[in-house]
Amino acid sequence: MAPPSAAVAVALLVGGILLLFAGYSPLKAYAVMWTGAFGSLNNLAETLLKSTPLILIGSGLAVAFRSGIWNIGAEGQLYAGAVAATLAGIVFTGLPAFLLVPLVLMAGMLSGAIWGGLAGFLKVRFGASEIVTTIMLNFLAIIATSYLVTGPMIEAVGKFPQTAQIADAARLPRILLPTRLHVGFLLSLGVAVATYLLLFKSSRGYALRTVGISPDAARYAGINVGAGLLAAMAISGGVAGLAGAVEVTGLTFRLYQEISPGYGFDGIAVALLANNNPIGVIFTGILFGALRSGSEVMQMNAQVPSVLVSVIQGVVLLSAAALGVFRITQTNNQEE
Amino acid sequence: MDPLVIVSFLAAVLAATWRLATPFIYTSLGEVFSERAGVLNIGLEGVMLIGAFTAFSITFFTGSPVWGLAAAMAGGLTCGLLFAFLTVSLKANQIVVGAAFNLVGLGLTSFLYRSIFSGRMETAREYASFSPLEIPLLSRLPFFGEALFQQNLMVYATPFVVLAGAFVLYRTAFGLSVRSTGEHPRTVDAAGLPVGLIRYASVLIGCALAAVGGAYLTVAHTNQFNEGITSGRGFIALAVVVIGRWSPWGAFFISLLFGFFYALQLRLQAVSGITIPYQFLQALPYLLTLVVFVTLRKRADAPSALGVPYKSS
Repeated sequence: MAPPSAAVAVALLVGGILLLFAGYSPLKAYAVMWTGAFGSLNNLAETLLKSTPLILIGSGLAVAFRSGIWNIGAEGQLYAGAVAATLAGIVFTGLPAFLLVPLVLMAGMLSGAIWGGLAGFLKVRFGASEIVTTIMLNFLAIIATSYLVTGPMIEAVGKFPQTAQIADAARLPRILLPTRLHVGFLLSLGVAVATYLLLFKSSRGYALRTVGISPDAARYAGINVGAGLLAAMAISGGVAGLAGAVEVTGLTFRLYQEISPGYGFDGIAVALLANNNPIGVIFTGILFGALRSGSEVMQMNAQVPSVLVSVIQGVVLLSAAALGVFRITQTNNQEE
Repeated sequence: MDPLVIVSFLAAVLAATWRLATPFIYTSLGEVFSERAGVLNIGLEGVMLIGAFTAFSITFFTGSPVWGLAAAMAGGLTCGLLFAFLTVSLKANQIVVGAAFNLVGLGLTSFLYRSIFSGRMETAREYASFSPLEIPLLSRLPFFGEALFQQNLMVYATPFVVLAGAFVLYRTAFGLSVRSTGEHPRTVDAAGLPVGLIRYASVLIGCALAAVGGAYLTVAHTNQFNEGITSGRGFIALAVVVIGRWSPWGAFFISLLFGFFYALQLRLQAVSGITIPYQFLQALPYLLTLVVFVTLRKRADAPSALGVPYKSS
């Protein structure tokens, strides 16, 4: 883990120079950021809340990236999952919690898997670049959500562009009262471990990684490359959809237009920074979650624009790339 | 509907088409060079934002959009140098670096905008921008007059820039080496040509033009900046390159097609009495991209070495 910590140091340095240039005190800003992320039980809980979707999405994307398919569409898949989960949480109000919670989460996962699987299908069937199709599917999912919450799914009062609240029984239990931390965080850890086992400790995972390293070798070994790519897209999409469902059932309890502040895009960085290893994703996810929640407190208490966090996150990735963290995963669909 | 109304509606759509296509044309033309040399830059959105912000702030302080545009190009070249250093010299993964560029581009421009300009904006003077130049007589032409002859300089320039790009790519030794580098870098290397240098040049062209595409938004299309002003155009440009088959003219015409979809949805939103929810119109360009992909059955002719770092042996 040495190079990633060096990458973080470089990023904080670059951020510090930027802060200095803009007339802020870097030390003060970073001190506020640190307290904002970890300073109290509540701040820690908020950090873990923001890490939850990142760990989920990052674990799924690790599977896709290791399989050699560049799913840039986690943001759209998250939205697809949030829509389906909200719908299930509003419609099936009569069910008890022990049935409704799994049902709602499954609905989100399935919806995300379909949205991601669609890009996989277009890739396998028509050779359409998944980079382009997943980007288009992002736009479509976000626009569709905007339509649903202003039209067919708008709350009965109809005052704001948002849906009604989901049933009480569909909500995830909290695990650290009085904070908002919910069981979704534990779920994200479970998913990270499960995707790790799938990728590195199962024959299916071995097949997927073979497809990622060399599709030709995989084909020669009798692996169905198309099915592998489709599965990788469906898995990463499903987990991103689950992230959307967890946001709705754990935190927002309803759907509105900007339910994700870009978790799907940050998730790409989280996966890559962890070298596409889901166990590593737990740490990079918490790192990015801490940066995000810390920067919000920094904006509130030190009036430093919170967008600084994007620069820091980007520079972390850039310096990690420069330090050669990703050498191992430099696989490609084409042979030289 | 009254035929006259329909005709004037179409004229208005056409007039907006070229304007709205222009940022795609610059950005995708640049990316054609980059990808033909084998370097995929998914960070175009970030580079466009940096171009947009640089052009905005320099124009704001100097009062000259020409300086703004020049500064944007310099900003784009700086981005290109960094991108090439990481992906060509250090052989870092191009997707990683591209994703990072998008984060940095959005973060840096928003941070600087809030730090430098917040509070200033109440007193912000309207700064000069490239304003429409009417071609005498021709601009009065019915139907096509506004579409073709009442645009600003950056719009008029697009076919000439694309012409120049196509000439360089297909009719010069440099262009040949760019195309060969994307197809088979080892052969280029064996022929004694510098693969790395060729890729550097192509990435620089790509980022400079992406910055120009972004600058267009703040010094020609509008005269203001807001956070995330590119709103996904860099991603669309990536799609344009693929659908346009990695050719300059392909990029030009597919950009115009996208410009048309954008214009159509904007104009339709303005038409009263239309009851389609606006999101359906918004979705149109993205939906059509997917449809185009599916109907263009043939596997796209992507450069064979696209995305693969070159290690000389």
